[in-house]
Parts: sequence; structure tokens; C-alpha cells
Amino acid sequence: MTVSILLLLPVVAALLVLLFKNEAAKHAALLFSLIELGIVVYFLIGFLPDASVQYGIDVPWIAQMGIYFKAGIDGISMVMVLLTTVLVPLIILTTYKHEYKNAKAFYALILFMQAGLLTVFTALDGFLFYVGWEAALIPIYFICALWGGENRIRINIKFFIYTFAGSLFMLVGIIYLYLQTPGKIYDLHSFYDLSLSLTQQNWVFWAFFIAFAIKMPLFPFHTWQPDTYTEAPSAGTMMLSGIMLKMGIYGVIRWLIPNAPAGFLQWQNLVMILSVIGVVYASLIAFNQKDGKRLVAYSSIAHVGLIAAGIFAWTVQGVQGAMIQMLSHGINVVGMFFIWDIISRRLNTRDISQMGGIAKVAPNFSIAFLIIVLGTVALPLTNGFVGEFLLLKGVFNYNIWFAAVAGLTIIFGAVYMLRMYKNVMQGETNELTALFADISGSEKLVLGIICVLIIGIGVYPQPILHLSEAAVTNLVNTVSAKFVNAGY
Amino acid sequence: MITLIIISVLPIVLLYLGLYKAQKALLPVTIVGLLAALAAAVMQWNTNALPIYHGMMLFNNFSVAFSVISIISTILILLLSKGYFEKISSHIAEYYAIILFSLAGIIVMVSYHNLTMLFIGIEIMSVSLYILAGIRKSDFASNEAALKYFLMGAFSTGFLLFGITLIYGASGSFDLDVIRDWVVTHPRNIDPLFYTGIMLIIVGLCFKVGAAPFHFWTPDVYEGAPSLITLFMSTVVKVAGFAAFLRLFSACFSSIADFWTPVLLVITIITLFIGNITALYQQSFKRMMAFSSISHAGYLLFAIVALGAGSANSIFVYATAYSIASIIAFGGLILVRQQSGSDNFEGFNGLAKNNPFLALVLTISMLSLAGIPLTAGFIGKFFMFSGALAHYNVWLVIIAVVNAIISIFYYFRIIIAMYFRSAERAEVEVPAYYKFVLGFSAIVTVVIGVYPALISTLI
Repeated sequence: MTVSILLLLPVVAALLVLLFKNEAAKHAALLFSLIELGIVVYFLIGFLPDASVQYGIDVPWIAQMGIYFKAGIDGISMVMVLLTTVLVPLIILTTYKHEYKNAKAFYALILFMQAGLLTVFTALDGFLFYVGWEAALIPIYFICALWGGENRIRINIKFFIYTFAGSLFMLVGIIYLYLQTPGKIYDLHSFYDLSLSLTQQNWVFWAFFIAFAIKMPLFPFHTWQPDTYTEAPSAGTMMLSGIMLKMGIYGVIRWLIPNAPAGFLQWQNLVMILSVIGVVYASLIAFNQKDGKRLVAYSSIAHVGLIAAGIFAWTVQGVQGAMIQMLSHGINVVGMFFIWDIISRRLNTRDISQMGGIAKVAPNFSIAFLIIVLGTVALPLTNGFVGEFLLLKGVFNYNIWFAAVAGLTIIFGAVYMLRMYKNVMQGETNELTALFADISGSEKLVLGIICVLIIGIGVYPQPILHLSEAAVTNLVNTVSAKFVNAGY
Repeated sequence: MITLIIISVLPIVLLYLGLYKAQKALLPVTIVGLLAALAAAVMQWNTNALPIYHGMMLFNNFSVAFSVISIISTILILLLSKGYFEKISSHIAEYYAIILFSLAGIIVMVSYHNLTMLFIGIEIMSVSLYILAGIRKSDFASNEAALKYFLMGAFSTGFLLFGITLIYGASGSFDLDVIRDWVVTHPRNIDPLFYTGIMLIIVGLCFKVGAAPFHFWTPDVYEGAPSLITLFMSTVVKVAGFAAFLRLFSACFSSIADFWTPVLLVITIITLFIGNITALYQQSFKRMMAFSSISHAGYLLFAIVALGAGSANSIFVYATAYSIASIIAFGGLILVRQQSGSDNFEGFNGLAKNNPFLALVLTISMLSLAGIPLTAGFIGKFFMFSGALAHYNVWLVIIAVVNAIISIFYYFRIIIAMYFRSAERAEVEVPAYYKFVLGFSAIVTVVIGVYPALISTLI
């Protein structure tokens, strides 16, 4: 068994889903995504949490250009693969109460996107990484633009151009690294072995950084994000925020910092400042949002800013915190967007000010909503806490002031999230909310799973931390050794 | 050589068929003949050919590869033309014959080994094209296109011929090998006439391939000519032009690349920007394709600017990807135009609803032209970027990246129109021939995009 099964199955599944009738497509898609999850669980059982790459595959692709189909799973990839394969079936389940036009195309695109995402998270070859990166972008563009809201055409072309522009610069960076390798090969580890001059590393750093910063998105590259998230169909928003933005974060850990360590060190302060600004800026904007989905979109920028700051601090704790926070944020944000999907489907609006009192009429819904809010604001014993604690510790080790400012995210987050909860759920019911039906069926199932995950990971995060610990430690130390060796 | 003979004899056979009113036999005979020519070309593969006819022609792997892609493109275009020419005029046999004469010129252009043969090849091709552009003789735009193309083409051929003469004057030969040897043995005292000759040849060839600032004829001619002729000009003819360009410069002038590279670099950059930015402002799909073909000429020039061992491969891969995607695009345009009667973007609105197949193949074509991964177009751009970066042309690549981003805007307009805009429209009827050609081209585009090693190691 190699990782190739994991990458091929969603592609095959996407094609097969197209053969089904529109009504049956969601069941087929769910089935395939569960099979994918089953394979990952099987991988997980046999997985040794050391720093090695497992289930690897390495076959020539375009041999004359030094391009190989080389992929494998180490601790860092494992967490990302787990995130993707757990969230995709959940996201498909969230769509069970929707009636999409041309549903089979919708589910086929989601499965195809999963293949692209998994390729990004497991690729060990620069060319393969880039192909996966774009292969994930095309389906999400069509998902957002075909099934999105009113302004979808303009907003999605902006989104596409933004991310495509970033990734083309990354492509130039990848080709540049390839040309420097002695054996003319796109292999990631031969990129790691290069010793480039500081100027070269600066170029490489920016080529990669812009691509990743746009994807995450990091302040000031975030302008596409709130509109795109708001206009996309909720399953698309979940794919974007739950999984796709992690491509950028993963890219920083795996492709940016190790490939240009000196360049990174040169700009470390700047990118830390950008991340911290993003945290505060997005939180402040989130305060004033009336649209619930938009509020969550901005809170996502704030959370990602903190994750980025933790990584840029480049300590084992910071990166470990980022790993677990990527998983937690994925779960929480999917839960949060699903909550808003449920509300907007029942009330036909997302305007917070028009709501109130839903807790009285929908007790199950209110419990799930509360748990997800608590997870998002990082209350101890929820999944958000573990990650944010480690991240802040990482930032603290870098600079106490940055940590102090970035720490505001927890306070800010608590304020706007709890205020949102209060306005929507508590108080007296009004005409609009009096007839709010409680959750049922697939909604209950999805929110139940999410709540279990939030509390489960919050109480006992050790297995997940353990999964990536060796790989993260190894990577951080290898790169830090390069700082020392080169005398930076 | 057999390929060239078949392609030269075939049109004469077709003219006789036309004389005896055997209209139905025209297309089958043409296709069978071209397939025979294709087979003959493939047989030449890897035979370590030597120059023949006193060094006039050389059918090496380079010629075979470009002959094959030209013949296959022509077959696909002719398949699309079933039922198309009949509507335009009654002299169908002549059209098939002239297209094939033009193809014969193209075969000469990709296999010359002597500058006189280059000139003869270009002339055979061009004269046929002048007629083809004006084939709708009662149509004003078509006449304008033909006249414009003829005047500009004759003018540029003059430059080319003058350049060839000056090179002959300096080196004393038309033979590529002799010219190369002369350049190598006289590194210090190359006559200024020789340099002037190179410049004039660059001007002449840039005219032919439609590179800026010698591109002014392209939009009007491409728009005025019937769509299938435009398709033929912007794919087969352009590819042949680049093959001829590359063959000359890599065979003769590679050792004095320092002299002409800066000139071509400037031409490349201007071509990219003019093609892309003007394409942005077009309302007509056909005109947009005309300008985008200028920008593709810019990308193809990369391989000549960054001349190296991989140049032939890069041009071959890029040209294949570009030709096949263009065939889909124009095929789709012809069908849509038959229904809506205009070339404008609005004509594509809401196409995906009733014609999912047509919309899908057009999307693949647009993604390929825009250079999105998993399509052949990306592989072509990737090879071009790699080649340019290997020559440390970082800025050129960054400019190309900016242009690739601009091109997204206008290629995605079609996708947006087809999928996201709605319009009341009936289903566009797609004939079986079109289904085959469009489906085949789309599959080839994706297959090359996923596994480019199939064609990227040929030359």
C-alpha cells in the first residue's frame, strides 16, 4: 500500500460519481469519501510516529526534466491527510439537506479537489506539489462560481486571479530551485540540500511566500477572502476555510522555510509583524460584522494569523501548536459555517441583528453552537485551547511583545464570538426566530461528530501531538542547524 | 520525402475529382491521402537522414515531428470543414487542393536545409493562404483580409529575401551547414552585411509568425478570413513558421547568439504585452483568439531567445498544445456562430445548460490556452519557463508570469459566459464529425497534461 492509492481514489471516485443520478450522487460521494477515510485509518494504524517518510512512492514522470511522481507521508503530512479525509465526508454530510442543481458535478468537483489537496500534503517533488496546488484550485473555483451567491462571477474571478498569480511566482521559485540542484531534479530533499547565497534565498523566499500568504490568507494579501467565503456555497466555504487555507500553512512549514532558511531569517521580523497585524486587524473588523458568515470569515483570518505567527517563530512548540491548531481550526470552522448554513437556510438571512432567542426553540442546536463557539474561542478542555496555547508559547519565545499583541486574539475572539452567540441564541424570540426548527437527522450527526471531536481533542490531544512531534522536531532542528552552520 | 510527394500529388488528384463532380469523394480521399503521408513521415523516424538533393532538404527527426503535427492538425481541421465550405461557395475541390498546397509548402519549411528552400516553402505556403483568406469572394471582410495579407506578406517576404541575399553575400552559400561553418571559422571578422542579413531575416520571419511589432496584419486577417482558414493560419502555419525560425537560428546562428538575442528579447516582451493587453479589450471571440495567438507567439519565441538543446522539444510541445486547444476553440466558435450568428462573447452565454459536452471541451481548451496544470498548455508554458530560467532570464520569466495572469481574464470570459451567465437559447447541434474532433482534441490535451513524457522526449 502506498500513498498513490490515496491520491488516485478520489479522482476515480469523482469520475464514478458522474455516472450516478443527481439524487444518488451525494450518497455515492459520501461512500467514496468514507472509503478514503478508511484507507487513511489503515495507514494510521501501521504508521510509526518517527521522522521518516512512509508509504512512499517514487516513479519517473517526466524523467528527462528530473520530475518524479514522488510522494509519501511523514508525521506532518499525516496530520494534514487526517484533516482532509475527516473533513471531506463531514462536509459532504452537511450538504445532505441541500438540493443542488446538477448535484453530481458538485460532488465530483469536491472529490477531485480532495485529490488535489492530498497531493499537496503528500508531495515530495516540486512539480507534483505545484500540480496538486493548482488541481485543488480549479474545482473550488467552479464550486464557488457555479453554486455561489449573487456576486459570484466578479468575486470568484478575483479569487482565482489572486491565487493563480501567487502560485505562478511559486512555480518560478520551484523551477529556479530545480536549476540549482546538481542533479537537475525536482526532489524536495535535494532542494533542502542546496546551499544558496543570501540573495538567492531572498528571491526564493518571496516567490514562495507570496503564494502561501495569498492562500492562507495573511494580511495584507487577504482581500479576496471575506467576499469569496461569503458568496461561496457553504460546502465550498468549508472546503476553502477548513482545508484549503491549510495548504498555505503547510507550504510554509514544508516548502518555504526549509528551502530558504537564510532568506526566512532575513524577513522573519517582517512576516511576524504582518501575522500579528492580521490577528488584530481581522478581529477588529469581525467586531462590526452584521453578517454571521462574514464574521466567521474574518475570525478565520485572525486565527490563521496566529498560526502563521507561531510557525514564523520557528520553535518546536510553535510548529507543533500550528499542526494541532490546523486540525482544530478545520473542525471548528467547518462547524461554524455549518451553523450559519443551518441558520440561513431556515431564516433566509444571516443578519445577526434580526435574530435572538433561538436557544429557547432549538435546544440541541444551541448546545452544539455553544460547544463550537467555545472551541473557537479556545476555552481550556476544547481543541482550540491546546493549539493556541502552544502557538502563543512559540511566539512568546520569539518576542514577548508579539505574544502579548497576538494573545489579544483570544480576548477579541471571545468577545465577538460570544456576543454573536448571545445576539443569535439568547434573549426573546421574535417573529423570525419563533418557528426555528431544531436540528435533525444529518445535521445532528454532523454537529454531534464535530462536538465530540472538539471536546475529545481538547481533553486528550496527546495522540495527535505525538503523531507529528518527531517529524516537526527533526525539521525544526535541521533548519535551525542551517542557521548556525551558515553563521546567520 | 515521400510525405512531400504525396502531399503535392494529392491536390492534383482532388482537382480532377472536382472536375468530375465527385464532391462526396473529396474529403475521404483527402483524409486517406493525408494518413498515407502521415505514415510515410512516421517511417522516416530515427533513420539518421542525411541532406538530400545536394543539401537542399534534410528529413531529420525535427522535420518528421513537425510534419506529423502539421498533418494531424490539418486532418482535424479538414474534418471540421465537412459541410462548412459547401456553404461558402461551390468550388469545394479547389479549397481542399489549396489547403494541401499550403501544407506542402509547410512540409518544405520544416525540412529545408538550404535558404532557397526556406524561401520556396514560405512562398508556396503564403500564396495559397492569400487565396484562402479571400475565399468568400462576395464578402467584403474576406476580400480585405486577403488583400491586406497579400500586401503585408509580400512586403515581409521581400525583407526575408533581402536578408537571405545579404547572408549569401557574406558567407558565399545558401547551405545551412556551410553558413554555420563560416560563422564558426570567422568569429572575429564577420561582415556587417551578415548581421544586417540576420536582422532582416528576423523581421521577415516575425512578420510570418505574427510577432509584434510586425503583427498589424493578424487581427484583421484573422477576423476577415473564414473561421476555418483562420484556424489553419493560427495553428499549422504559425507552428511551421516557428519550426523554420528555430531550424535556421539553431543550425546557423547559435554561436553568435549574443548579437541577436537582445533583439528577439525585446520583440518577445512587446509581443507578449501587445497580444495580451489588446486581447483583454475584445468583444469578439474570434478577435480575442487572434490577439491571444500573438501572445502565444511571444511564448513560443522564448525557445528561440533561450536557444539550447531543449528548444526544439519546447516548441514542439507548446505548438502541439496550442494547436489542439485552438482547434477546439474554433470548432466551438463555428458551431456557436451557426446558431447565434455572431462571434461575440455573448453568443456563448448559457451554453453549458443545453450543451454540456461542448462547454466542457471548450473549458478544457481555454484552461489549456491559459496554462493551467493538468492540461497540455501548462506543460508547454512550463517547458518555456524552464528554458528561459536556465538562461538566467529571470525578468523575462517574471514578465511572462504577469502576462499569463492577464490572459486568465479573457480566457475565463468564455468559461464564465458558458457556465455562469444565463440566456434563452436552444441546443446547439453538434455533428458527429465535430464530436469526434473536439472530443479527441480534448482527450489529447488532458493526456499530454497528465503524462507529457509521451511527446516531450521526441526530438
